[in-house]
Amino acid sequence: MHGAGRCAVGMVDHGADGGINMESSARNRFIQSLLTVIMLIYFAFALFPIVWMVLISLKSQPELFTTKFVFKPTIESYKAITIGLKYLKGTGSFRPDFPRFFLNSIIISTASVAISVIVGVPAAYALARFKFPGKENLAFTFLSFRFAPELSVIIPLSILYRRFGLYDTYVGIIWVYQLITLPLLIWVLRGYFEDISTEIEQAAMTDGYTYWEVFWKILLPLIRPGLAASALLAFVFAWNNFIFAMILGGGKVQTVTVAALSFLASEQAHYNQMAAASLISAVPQIILALIIQKSLVRGLTFGAVKG
Amino acid sequence: MASTHHNVSAELAIQPGRFVPDPRDLRQPLSVRVRPYLIIGPALLLTVGILYPFGLAVYYSLTNYTLSNPNYSFVGFLNYKMLLTDPEFYHSAKVTLAYAFSATAVETILGLGVALLLNRETPLARVLRTVMIFPLMIAPVIGTLIWKLMMQPSVGILNYLLGFIGLSHFEWAAAPQTALFSVVLVDVWIYTPFISLLLLAGLQSMPKEPFESARVDGGSAWFTFKNLTLPMLAPFLIIAVIFRLIDSLKMFDVIYAMTGGGPGQTLMNFPLQAYYYGILYMNLSYGLTYMIILWAIVYLISQILVVYWGKAQQRAAGL
Repeated sequence: MHGAGRCAVGMVDHGADGGINMESSARNRFIQSLLTVIMLIYFAFALFPIVWMVLISLKSQPELFTTKFVFKPTIESYKAITIGLKYLKGTGSFRPDFPRFFLNSIIISTASVAISVIVGVPAAYALARFKFPGKENLAFTFLSFRFAPELSVIIPLSILYRRFGLYDTYVGIIWVYQLITLPLLIWVLRGYFEDISTEIEQAAMTDGYTYWEVFWKILLPLIRPGLAASALLAFVFAWNNFIFAMILGGGKVQTVTVAALSFLASEQAHYNQMAAASLISAVPQIILALIIQKSLVRGLTFGAVKG
Repeated sequence: MASTHHNVSAELAIQPGRFVPDPRDLRQPLSVRVRPYLIIGPALLLTVGILYPFGLAVYYSLTNYTLSNPNYSFVGFLNYKMLLTDPEFYHSAKVTLAYAFSATAVETILGLGVALLLNRETPLARVLRTVMIFPLMIAPVIGTLIWKLMMQPSVGILNYLLGFIGLSHFEWAAAPQTALFSVVLVDVWIYTPFISLLLLAGLQSMPKEPFESARVDGGSAWFTFKNLTLPMLAPFLIIAVIFRLIDSLKMFDVIYAMTGGGPGQTLMNFPLQAYYYGILYMNLSYGLTYMIILWAIVYLISQILVVYWGKAQQRAAGL
């Protein structure tokens, strides 16, 4: 089924010429436009919150409590959360340290993905190519991390981390983020390695490449697009995580997701700044999603669906 | 040189085992046989750091460990017995299951509809396929905050819009009657694209021939959908449901960001209970008991669904 999928890239167009048998083209056109309307209603639902957020973030404080869609836009909120209070007389910023949280998220997500790539690529390769006792059990252990309830690991870790001084440290957070990034990389990359025919490796070895050269010079370049896409998706997952950083991190390693929530709790009035902060923390994800769109399904399902 | 290369290839042809290191193949040198374990070693090491706390979680749930009682002792299944006689537990179980099943059901139906609608090559469909993934990529906490803001009575837009149909005093997550609806709505907003995305991949991988012959035979749209599209889509549908069901059973972010489990106890699902007991009230063993039970439920449901998945794949392959 999957194989067929990659060959028959052409779309099955049920609406235009496929499944629906229509006597009159007028009725066909009516159904087509009805479907378009339904489609647009769903997308109003999907996109309206984001559009509204953009609007709120551009409103000035006095206009915030009106529901007007037409107003004089201002970037005051963005200035307030990035530059902070002292450069803006009067407006006030409740979180002038927002850039620091943003930086924390970048450090933690990048480091987590980097470590997962370094240990995950070889592991994925071994799981794809070698035969060894306990292989499938190991693979499923990695997968089970994805499905285990997070708090079953976090609660014991909260004790261990305090005991070993890992609470509220980058090392501690990056370690526990492996729970998010490592299973994803291992499972998706295993699939990419399995897609490569062993004949390519055999041929390279016949040409005198050593075992390690085959890996570095032949296999790694072949999986590079898949590796890039899954690393970026792992980055999105790490960035979006909330519960690990909230419980195992304190003020020092606070990420944007944790900070965003405390915004709303601490300041009831500056909704425009909160909207601006949310948007800034959401934009990297949306850009990354657009880049990896083609291999998104494969990553999201850990290779179970090779979209 | 050329002849050595030839020899290598001949050797490979006769003994494929030489090419793939196998710890059980005694003909291979030890350095080659240990290779799989060496290569996977670093990942294993990290894994141990995660398996160990999970093992501890199981053990702690069998003790009376609280932060005020550090000299804990083994109490067997006492926590489980206490939990099973605690009305709070049954309320939580209801919330957990109601949230997971209603969110997954709505997302599956809506996601299927969206996927079918977007599976066409109009410019609008192409644009929408791209923008569709935005809610899915935003952090669930941030997405929930956006909705919380929209539901907010003073700045929020939703009650202003509802005012046109005379519902301007809708209380969303603040009222116990509508709290579950409100968080499920946010879950649906975030995760419907997940299902649509998977189903679109499924729809686009379908062979064209059966659909063409169905059309030639004059099958109705519904007939084609029921007998061709749906069975072929089933493996994708089941994978999507597995992921969504498990993730919504252990949902923490949306509920916590929206109400923190409130109003009162209304939205206290298992993960929130575990958080309150295990972290805030420092009753570790009791909080972990909730998590071990959730883990068992997740395991059971995923095992059942994986069996269905296998069957659906076989059926789809036979079409």
